[in-house]
Amino acid sequence: MPHFTLDGRTIPFEPGQTLMEAAMAAGVYIPHLCYHPDFEPHGSCKLCSVEVNGRICSACTFPAAENQEVISASEEVRHLRLRLTQMLFVEGNHLCPSCEASGSCELQATGYYLGMTDGHFSHFFPRREIDASHPEVLLDRDRCIFCALCVRASRDEGKNVFALSGRGIHTRLVVNSPSGKLGDTDLEATDRAAHICPVGAILVRGTAFRAPIGERKYDHRTIAQVALEEERPLVGRQHGQAED
Amino acid sequence: MGKPKIRIATTSLAGCFGCHMSFLDIDERLLDLVEIAELDRSPLTDIKHCTDCDIAIVEGGVCNSENVHVLRELRRACKKLVSIGACAINGGIPALRNRYDLGDCLEEAFITGIGVTDPQVPGDPELPLLLDKVHPIHEVVKVDYFIPGCPPSGDTIWAVLTDLIEGREPVLPYELTHYD
Amino acid sequence: MPSDPIQTAALAVERYGNHLSSLLAILRQLQQSHHYVPRPAMEKVAERLAVPLAEVEAVTEFYSFLHSFPQGRYEIYFSNCIIDDLQGRETLQRRLCERLKMAVGTTRADGLVSVAETSCTGLCDQGPAILVNGHAIGSLTGEKIDRIADLIEQQICVEDWPAKWFRIEDRFERRDLLLTAAWQSGKALKSALRRGPEYVLEALSDSGLRGRGGAGFPTAKKWRFCREAAGEHYIVCNADEGEPGTFKDRVLLRHHADQLLEGMTLAAFVTDARRGFIYLRAEYAFLRAELEAAMRQRRRQGLLGRNICGLMDFHFDIEIVMGAGAYICGEESALLDSIEGRRGQPRNRPPYPVTAGLWGQPTVVNNVESFIAASLIVLNGGAWFAGVGTEKSKGTKLLSIGGDCRWPGIYEVPFGMTVTEIMILCGAGETLGVQVGGPSGTFIGPGEYDRRIAFEDLGTGGSFMVFGKERDMLEIVRNFTDFFAHESCGFCTPCRVGTSILVHLLDKLRNGWGTAGDILELERLGRVVRQGSHCGLGHTAANPLLDTLERFPDRYQAPLQEIDFSPGFDLDGELETARRLTDRFSAADHLTQE
Repeated sequence: MPHFTLDGRTIPFEPGQTLMEAAMAAGVYIPHLCYHPDFEPHGSCKLCSVEVNGRICSACTFPAAENQEVISASEEVRHLRLRLTQMLFVEGNHLCPSCEASGSCELQATGYYLGMTDGHFSHFFPRREIDASHPEVLLDRDRCIFCALCVRASRDEGKNVFALSGRGIHTRLVVNSPSGKLGDTDLEATDRAAHICPVGAILVRGTAFRAPIGERKYDHRTIAQVALEEERPLVGRQHGQAED
Repeated sequence: MGKPKIRIATTSLAGCFGCHMSFLDIDERLLDLVEIAELDRSPLTDIKHCTDCDIAIVEGGVCNSENVHVLRELRRACKKLVSIGACAINGGIPALRNRYDLGDCLEEAFITGIGVTDPQVPGDPELPLLLDKVHPIHEVVKVDYFIPGCPPSGDTIWAVLTDLIEGREPVLPYELTHYD
Repeated sequence: MPSDPIQTAALAVERYGNHLSSLLAILRQLQQSHHYVPRPAMEKVAERLAVPLAEVEAVTEFYSFLHSFPQGRYEIYFSNCIIDDLQGRETLQRRLCERLKMAVGTTRADGLVSVAETSCTGLCDQGPAILVNGHAIGSLTGEKIDRIADLIEQQICVEDWPAKWFRIEDRFERRDLLLTAAWQSGKALKSALRRGPEYVLEALSDSGLRGRGGAGFPTAKKWRFCREAAGEHYIVCNADEGEPGTFKDRVLLRHHADQLLEGMTLAAFVTDARRGFIYLRAEYAFLRAELEAAMRQRRRQGLLGRNICGLMDFHFDIEIVMGAGAYICGEESALLDSIEGRRGQPRNRPPYPVTAGLWGQPTVVNNVESFIAASLIVLNGGAWFAGVGTEKSKGTKLLSIGGDCRWPGIYEVPFGMTVTEIMILCGAGETLGVQVGGPSGTFIGPGEYDRRIAFEDLGTGGSFMVFGKERDMLEIVRNFTDFFAHESCGFCTPCRVGTSILVHLLDKLRNGWGTAGDILELERLGRVVRQGSHCGLGHTAANPLLDTLERFPDRYQAPLQEIDFSPGFDLDGELETARRLTDRFSAADHLTQE
């Protein structure tokens, strides 16, 4: 089997695999927010940035190749990831104490994993629209990080409920209905798109705070441990294909 | 005579004093603390103004002119400034008001709101003027260390404090790192 | 023109076709007819094209010249390129807004007019410039602005404004190899047909021609890779000349269109492509009619269309696709997405367009100048071209020179010419520096004027901006950085967020609130944006900042506060609302900045 090295460790890969897929399959966690093994890679959050032969690449989209030297654990890469995470925090309104995703939020858990204690930059405090029109699902755009997982999940389900609109710092999540409201779409609480949000932007109502503090997803286990346990078995499956 | 005691000041700006309550949660370790440290300006001592300090701990964000004055006094007086809790670090719950225009808020609260009698925005010079937005303190003064949490646990505060007192760079273990 | 947007939408779908790749043209039609894209019209388009409504909305909101909210019946955009700014754009913009009693960035309450800023419109040789309902007007003066305001108030149709205002002047200040070569329509193509595709590829290879858009990929290789890739092949001309300061494609498209079309046809011959596209930036809409006339002429001559040169199996035709205001669409993969009717977002690479371009098929994407050079190389042989230039950069380069010099215009110079030589040619006096290759290129100061225009030294797509000695360095850098923030597609975190933070920090410096820590922060953040971004826009967005920090540290140090920290926002200004509402204006009701 061909292989590359990741932080000095030999990682075998199958032709066609990305660096992320090969690393995850080998049990090595690379931070990520917009990547999910069930969906076509997006490559936008850049948390999975690694150094490949001296250049920064996104592990989730970059194809693995023989004799590549990949660095993920350097101080430089860690600093880059920390700053990217901080950018995502200050760009939106991520006020964890008031968010019901707190404790099971991947952005927050990534912050913990990277040892982030503050936002570093000035906060943007943008004013974004909240959509509470749907009886079962709440859309709080304050927390959207534009990972497009909901867009991809809904597209794969044939519903296309979500899309990213606008441009640059004015990018925003929009909803596919004449009114632009979630309540007028065919989204159902059982849809994958309603559950895939890595942060607290799309929330299924009536499920908040079921797990008490101390028993939430990332209270005792790091996002690296959780991701390897939950996503590793999915790596290598066709995107969008359900498990039999 | 023993070693001079470490001087610590604490204050709460636009916050709920939850971080101070959590500070008290270090419980009997308070006794260890007072062996080596002395509290300067703090709600616990009721000292109104700061003298030279080693460490200042600030809870809460900056929402008005008084917050700015207090924060600057602490910054000038201390060697190391510690930002504690969600409000100080990113504005926290008070920053939820940042989605509204300040003028609209004051008008609704004091002029056009239901049940308002004698409509006028209170303008007594004693009252601090509100800023348009609630800001994290690192946007107003230089901050040296951050203790996240809402509030951070007593253990978290103790861990950082002991590191600082003993001259170590504080590093929080995973279990003690929380933004909520 | 129907007054019902739904009807406009239906007619536009009839006209352009009910497929996704018509979407941009349909949206442009709606914007033109109704001065925005009303939601019911979006619904109609979504239904007819069988795409989600949210996607129609998302495409609309991606492009600067398309709007989901009403604009004025006169839509005015001021080009805010630094060169237009140095020529007094802001004063003129203020003057117009005062005359029209409105604020920039808004639509007037009566719906008559909207005034906004846009990125460089490609008229730096005759700025300041504006676009009025898509029509370009250059060489603005205060008097012209006053007359424009009057014409708008009198509701005179833009088509009836003085015709001379719309005349775009093209100044050739120096001609060399390309601009002096003899040309006869169809001759290169016939020669290629006679000698075969391998001859064309060899001539291109011998010539050493590299892509003129700036990246410099060898043209022969690109065409060969595409030829060898299996599938339906496409030829795309990138005429989305958006790099601030450049306008050479504007001039080439007008005066050398036939050579361009022949170059594209040659590429089609080599790769066996049947369809070609010219992606023309919206700002150059005034060139469209002439280009179409040039295509018609070639079709009449049997040089374009079916059975080219009488051959049974050579069919190739070209369509013009209009952009709608997005610099990022100059990035080739974003351009392809835009042609396909999507948001112009750069794709993940690999694969590259030569193997997976338009609709996933092998595609040659070249710059206007590259196609023109290719047609002349086939005509005159590789050696003719390779005889000029340097070892790694053969031939000549067209420069668009603007800014503080006596003779702005088009200069065709051999590769290897030094900046000093160029500065003499264009009549530059004492200078602060030159931005070579636009904001994404390199800023150099007088100490480096012995450097050469060449891929191996100072690469450039054609922009060459001269800045006089008295110019404000921070204003220039702020303008460039803001340009990138405005044009960022928003896809990746470092570019979307990082460029905005850079602008914020540069504003802090310009407000006089900067400290030494801010300089350090700018430098570090600049590197994060450069390293971490998804595409060339993000990779180069911090170039102006990092280049000048390295070369002119004094200009950054001079305005700094001596303290080690200062807030990045106007602390006292944030008390103004409360002061006003409580009627408190004593000294105690103010805050100092630090």
